[in-house]
Amino acid sequence: MRVLHMPERALRLNGPSLEIIERCDGQRTVKEIISELQKLYSKAEPKKVEEDILGYLARLHDQRALDFTSDPADRGDRAQ
Amino acid sequence: MTIAAQTPLALIAELTHRCPLHCVYCSNPLELGRRADELTTEVWSRVFREAVEAGVLQVDFTGGEPLARPDILDLVRAARETGLYVNLITSGMPLDEARLDQLVQAGLDHIQLSFQGASEEPANEIAGTKAHANKLRVLDWLKTRRLAVTLNFVIHRRNIDQLAEMLALAESSCAGRIEFANVQYYGWAFANRKNLLPTRQQLDRSVELLKRAEERLRGRINVEFVVPDYYATYPKACMGGWGRKMMLVTPSGDVLPCHAAQVIPNLHFDNLKNRSLREIWEKSEAFQKFRGEEWMPEPCKSCDRRTRDFGGCRCQAFLLTGDAEATDPVCFLAPRRPEVDAIVAAANGPSAEVLVKPSWLYRSNPA
Repeated sequence: MRVLHMPERALRLNGPSLEIIERCDGQRTVKEIISELQKLYSKAEPKKVEEDILGYLARLHDQRALDFTSDPADRGDRAQ
Repeated sequence: MTIAAQTPLALIAELTHRCPLHCVYCSNPLELGRRADELTTEVWSRVFREAVEAGVLQVDFTGGEPLARPDILDLVRAARETGLYVNLITSGMPLDEARLDQLVQAGLDHIQLSFQGASEEPANEIAGTKAHANKLRVLDWLKTRRLAVTLNFVIHRRNIDQLAEMLALAESSCAGRIEFANVQYYGWAFANRKNLLPTRQQLDRSVELLKRAEERLRGRINVEFVVPDYYATYPKACMGGWGRKMMLVTPSGDVLPCHAAQVIPNLHFDNLKNRSLREIWEKSEAFQKFRGEEWMPEPCKSCDRRTRDFGGCRCQAFLLTGDAEATDPVCFLAPRRPEVDAIVAAANGPSAEVLVKPSWLYRSNPA
């Protein structure tokens, strides 16, 4: 079992949530993550996959579990 | 009959009751654990392994002041090696930059730094010592360390009007999370309650201010707020339910369902020196006593909210009614709610002056 830890919270990851989080590696862009998952879940409507991923990432961002960065020098650094 | 236990989420490890601060709302029991009885590094290391085997994911190092343990680095390392997420709940004393680096290297994941206020004088009054300036230094050091940071402000009558200043302090820091936790009335806080319980007007203002702050800071800083439950309509789901998610180990190895459980008379707590953590979690008398719904009196037993608040807080029931099995008197349906109303009324009465410095009962230090 994989777990995403944050202060006083832990999310057990499986299925799509695990596929998304594993790709939040400080290297891939959000666009790349979406495109990889659209291939992985090729039976699902691509638009729906995109929306789900953006929604999930936004929720994790609100919880301060991840940061978005546009600066490549920042990549992989200071993820809480 | 044994009531089946869920998998626990977190272990709260009270490493010591020693502390350089003397906060008037300390959640430690009035009878503090002695240094001579503290568990060794080896026993704690065993406890962390047993915790992981029982399914625990996170460990909270607390106290007293966990940094008062000379073996704190070994303890962080031992916990991290088992795969636990390690959280240090600290006053930030005693600490220097080198020690902080060592803690990060040892695998510390998250630090929760407590503040007693936004400025020196009122903060030090509550801590009973000059601690505030030290905390500001620690906060500055944290900016350059790779560590999740929470600032914890314990809120009460004397500082609830300074939330804006506390927010400003947090915003100037690297904290990803701020906790504004109103005092919960147990231990030393119960003894000092008269001088800690805010007025309704103070509370309403604070809720409004924090709601706006929460929206403004969304995505930058996670703002959490714990209300004083004497003002609530329903009781809190204390510890997420008795023996449901969390367990606490005292400095001497007693395993409790919560910080305050030792106030409940005639409740026996098992010690880690004699039984495994898992056995205690699943079978011990203390954890069984209020697990599930069997123990509940009416109106809880037939109440729709019993799966949300799990019958509230047993320690609060005991402290306010003398009966640990009574309905949490905070609940508006509780037969003993009028007593809470009387306490709240006194806090809002004409003689309830906010400005004068009260005579505090300061937390002492153990032998």
